[in-house]
Amino acid sequence: MATLEAPLVATPAPRPRRRPDWVVLSTGTVIALLVLMAVFAPLLAPDNPDYANILATNQGPSAAHLLGTDSFGRDLLSRLIYGVRLSLLGPALIILIATLVGTVLAILSAWYGGWFDRVVSRVADILFAFPGLIFAMLAVAMFGPGLVAPVVALSISYTPYLMRVIRAEALRQRNLPYVAACYVGGLSVRTICTRHILRNVMPLLVVQAALSFGYALVDLAAVSYLGLGVQPPTPEWGVMVSTGQSAILAGHPQESLLAGLMIVITVVAFNLLGDRLASRQKGTVRA
Amino acid sequence: MTDEPVLEVRELRKEYRVRTSRAEAVPAAGSALLGHAVTRRERAGVLVAVDDVSFSVSPGQSLAVVGESGSGKTTVARMVVGLERPTSGTIMVSGRERSWRHVSSRERRRRAREVQIVFQDPYSSLDPRMSVRASLDESLRLHFDWTRERRDERVAELLDQVGLDRRQANSLPKALSGGQRQRVAIARALASEPRVLICDEAVASLDVSIQAQILNLLSDIRDATGVSYLFISHDLAVVRQVSDAVLVMRRGRVIEAGPTASVLSEPSDAYTKQLLAAIPRPGWKPTLSGS
Ligand SMILES: Nc1ncnc2c1ncn2[C@@H]1O[C@H](COP(=O)(O)OP(=O)(O)OP(=O)(O)O)[C@@H](O)[C@H]1O
Ligand SMILES: [Mg+2]
Repeated sequence: MATLEAPLVATPAPRPRRRPDWVVLSTGTVIALLVLMAVFAPLLAPDNPDYANILATNQGPSAAHLLGTDSFGRDLLSRLIYGVRLSLLGPALIILIATLVGTVLAILSAWYGGWFDRVVSRVADILFAFPGLIFAMLAVAMFGPGLVAPVVALSISYTPYLMRVIRAEALRQRNLPYVAACYVGGLSVRTICTRHILRNVMPLLVVQAALSFGYALVDLAAVSYLGLGVQPPTPEWGVMVSTGQSAILAGHPQESLLAGLMIVITVVAFNLLGDRLASRQKGTVRA
Repeated sequence: MTDEPVLEVRELRKEYRVRTSRAEAVPAAGSALLGHAVTRRERAGVLVAVDDVSFSVSPGQSLAVVGESGSGKTTVARMVVGLERPTSGTIMVSGRERSWRHVSSRERRRRAREVQIVFQDPYSSLDPRMSVRASLDESLRLHFDWTRERRDERVAELLDQVGLDRRQANSLPKALSGGQRQRVAIARALASEPRVLICDEAVASLDVSIQAQILNLLSDIRDATGVSYLFISHDLAVVRQVSDAVLVMRRGRVIEAGPTASVLSEPSDAYTKQLLAAIPRPGWKPTLSGS
């Protein structure tokens, strides 16, 4: 009897476990570590990043300076760790502003269409034709070097790209019957746009923000490298690549190299994450 | 007074501006069946999708609108629910005319309690990121000043009414079959307690046994709530089952109207006869070559 009853006992079906996505996990970890580094820089950095020691310039790795020192005798590890702050803050601000403005314009364009949509699209086209870096240089010429001018300029030049990508998706959503059902159901336009359209555009938005983050970081580093952004001796990776150049010829490439490496690691992490999220979204059936 | 129509449409007309002469290239799958092209271009660049359509629906009545693809059925429905603006004509709901000037969101909310619609494609007519419960609750919160408990009760009641398991309340649409999704769409439409429910080919994309279930469901709902139907279909077999009266449309115009039984048994119009001839009858067998 017991043998007959056994199969009848309902065993809870094993929950389909998702295989861990190594790309997302590893890039996510790298990004999380970078953010932690930025937040806890004072605790993590072994030394004061601005403390120059003329007697210990361009040293190789040692117990006192794990990654060596730069041409002013400053501890490179500490400078790299403090450098995360501005190197991430700049692109983060750009992406925040550009996605915020881009999304609002995109959804309003998709919803209202008509002249508003046409004006927004034309302005976006014009801005889009303008290289961001040139835009940033113009802004610096007008407002002086620092973080603010290039961030504002690059925010403006990233907005049209994000706006266009999001508008296309918002328009697709807007024309789906579920949005018509919401409208007939009496929901206000604001509720439809935020609770329904925005929520369905969100996955795409996250992917685009992640991908653009890498580009923004490179653009901003280029601005710093050109001496138009954050000024030395502020620890920032773009600045470090630039100030380390003079030591390369003397046979001490570590400053430029390490700062460049940090840029590459960060950009690759964001791009891989963005690409992976994008392909996962394509893989799932949109229903 | 009880016989005052809940929905009355008079001389409704809708023109679409179309670019170039491609207006003639519209006939879709359905019209191939009848073997003629749809050419409705009256003036250059203007396509008349709906032309002088009038009808009325009494409380609890079910009016079917039939016609080939492109005959303007959906356009009529979209105008009635306010998704499309008529070129001319009037739409009266519960004796009140629906104007297109300055429709406030408050007015739209009021109108939502009068007429609701269920669309053809159950896969795109539900928000993919919203659970069944959230969809229904959203509507209840909007239209009624109820406590959470009262709304939860009502959600359960609506699910029962459309024959869904209460355990499915927390599912996302992607976890549901086409038939189940259509039940959710019906429940959502009923949530605002409308007087008229428009079903635009609401069963056309479902397989036949599910179609029959949904049709039975709709007739049960009518018995329970007294809702009226505007039932759009190109399938006369379906129409026979659900409607009291039929309106036959062709090329945007009404070509025949009357009680279902008489229109379907003694069609006066040649076009209706053609439509009828296209229905597979019980004795009909598909012929397979080679077997
Ligand atoms: N937004 C629009 N712009 C231009 N023409 C349109 C538009 N919407 C509908 N039409 C045209 O109006 C006509 C009627 O379309 P409608 O969708 O009402 O037909 P239907 O009877 O619902 O057909 P079906 O059975 O295929 O759903 C068609 O010729 C269609 O091409
Ligand atoms: Mg239609």
